[in-house]
Amino acid sequence: MNRAEKEAYLREYGQLKAEGEPFFPYSVAKDSIMACIVMATIIGMSIILGAELGPKADPTSTTYVPRPEWYFFFLFELLRVIKPPELVPLATIGVPTICIILLMLLPFYDRGPERHPLKRPIATTAGVLVIFAMGYLTYLGASAGSPNEIDMKAPAALAGPALIEWEKGRSVVGQAGCLACHKIGENGNDGPGPVLTHVASRLPEAAIAQTLRNPTAPMPSFKNLETTQPENFKAMVSFLGQLN
Amino acid sequence: MAKIKPPVPPLPDSLNPSPRRAGTKPPPAGVIAQGQETGISAVNWIDERLQLSGGLRWALFRKIPRHDWTYSLGSSVMFAFLSQAVTGVFLAMAYDPSTTGAYESIRYTTNEAFLGEFLRGMHKWGSTVMVVLVFLHMAQTFFYGAYKYPRELNWVIGVVLLILTMAMSFTGYLLPFDQRSYWATIVGVNINGTGPIVGPYLSDFLRAGPEFGATTLSRFYAIHMLLVPGAIGAMIGAHLWLVTKLGTTSPPWNRPRHRPQGSDIGVASSAPSSNGSSDQ
Ligand code: HEC
Ligand code: HEM
Repeated sequence: MNRAEKEAYLREYGQLKAEGEPFFPYSVAKDSIMACIVMATIIGMSIILGAELGPKADPTSTTYVPRPEWYFFFLFELLRVIKPPELVPLATIGVPTICIILLMLLPFYDRGPERHPLKRPIATTAGVLVIFAMGYLTYLGASAGSPNEIDMKAPAALAGPALIEWEKGRSVVGQAGCLACHKIGENGNDGPGPVLTHVASRLPEAAIAQTLRNPTAPMPSFKNLETTQPENFKAMVSFLGQLN
Repeated sequence: MAKIKPPVPPLPDSLNPSPRRAGTKPPPAGVIAQGQETGISAVNWIDERLQLSGGLRWALFRKIPRHDWTYSLGSSVMFAFLSQAVTGVFLAMAYDPSTTGAYESIRYTTNEAFLGEFLRGMHKWGSTVMVVLVFLHMAQTFFYGAYKYPRELNWVIGVVLLILTMAMSFTGYLLPFDQRSYWATIVGVNINGTGPIVGPYLSDFLRAGPEFGATTLSRFYAIHMLLVPGAIGAMIGAHLWLVTKLGTTSPPWNRPRHRPQGSDIGVASSAPSSNGSSDQ
């Protein structure tokens, strides 16, 4: 805005103000009603949704797949969308930092006199796009499902002890954190590891067990699991061995 | 002693007592009148020293352009923040910021303390409500072009408030110290660590050392309940000061009904004007 535009704005604003209403009670009344709605919402959510407390923090268990508060999902999803490891710092810190700087400096590069959203097509379009991008990323994060469970039906042919073993393997794999890097059926993240829905058609059971003992980075080794809980390891391998 | 009066803006007509009609009797000088008299002189005594009434009258009765309901989003954020502050104080009364005691103290609050789960629920869902409202408020000021001249600095302060609000939810998430909050925080701090230049220092600062240890939790607690809320309070003060000083914007599709007069420059003009005040 140049000097003339600023003066014109102040003149028009002064007139709008003179034609306006006193802050009290005009604005105070609206704000008070909104305050009641806000408080009612918080109280209602607290009564209906409560506050759960999960199992106690256990620094020695590496099997827990972390999930942030939902309004951080869009940041978390950036991690998944940008996969190559050398770009990860860019995704995690670079993009948010650049966005915050752009946001903070907005009034200094968008200096036009127009305020009506329809007369600022670029700003309005950018704003709508950002809202959609954040909404979409949040949706992706929210629909990733419970991070340590695999919703899969056992193959119909299985029965008796084999079915029990399969179910056990399903829950062990779910709890072991594989879903952080692998997609299995509907659950888990597509990347950085390959999709495991049909591993058995690529790898025999022995090769799967070998991968678990001696994986290529960044996949962690599960050799410890084999020595401490051999039956869980076996169940895991036989579950994976049936995914074909 | 009569009160020494600094010049104050006039009260609106509706608040001034109407003059007594000719022929009616003056009200009897009873106990009530005496009480009123005492109250007024006490208020006058205080005001003569604090000299607040001028500022208060200006702040309350200054005119603002007519606007719509979206202009209440800012104050809604403030109420959500106040609710967080109050419920937070009560939660802190039972909280033990040590790795051994934190989980147990939250379990006590949730399962045993009177209305404990309700209180935790209010604080937990209040944070969601506040974050949503902050984003809505930001969207409103964005689409209404309210960040433009002369309110640029208010936008910058607003972005700082946004960052501080997100910092609140990040540090608060660890405090219950269950599996979920523990591992999410580890990952969050590690993500900070991958950042360029300041990243490693920031995550060392958050963890209170290279490893996630016993002092990490108390550090998060101090940041969550002293550092960031203090900063938010101060920033809200600055934000509101600018809002009152500059006046809220008018929705951009509203035009003045009368042509602006050339002399009417000055955003902070507090002069009452007679035209258009009661013609809605
Ligand atoms: C940190 C991420 C990560 C975790 C956690 C992880 N993996 Fe992997 N996994 C990978 C990556 C990356 C590869 C690909 C490595 C390669 O290219 O050799 C891989 C490869 C594999 C393969 C070989 C697939 C193929 O088609 O070659 C199997 C099987 C496998 N993982 C199973 C598991 C199981 C079971 C778990 C949980 C117990 C698990 N992974 C946990 C990252 C991970
Ligand atoms: C804790 C967070 C915040 C609180 C308590 C708060 C409070 C308020 C209040 C009460 C108003 C005046 C009424 C209104 O227009 O809504 C206001 C105005 C404003 N706020 Fe905020 N705000 C917060 C965060 C933000 C953020 C994140 C931004 C943007 C980045 C922002 C930018 C603005 C602007 C530009 C105005 C002037 C609007 C106008 O004049 O029409 N604020 N704020």
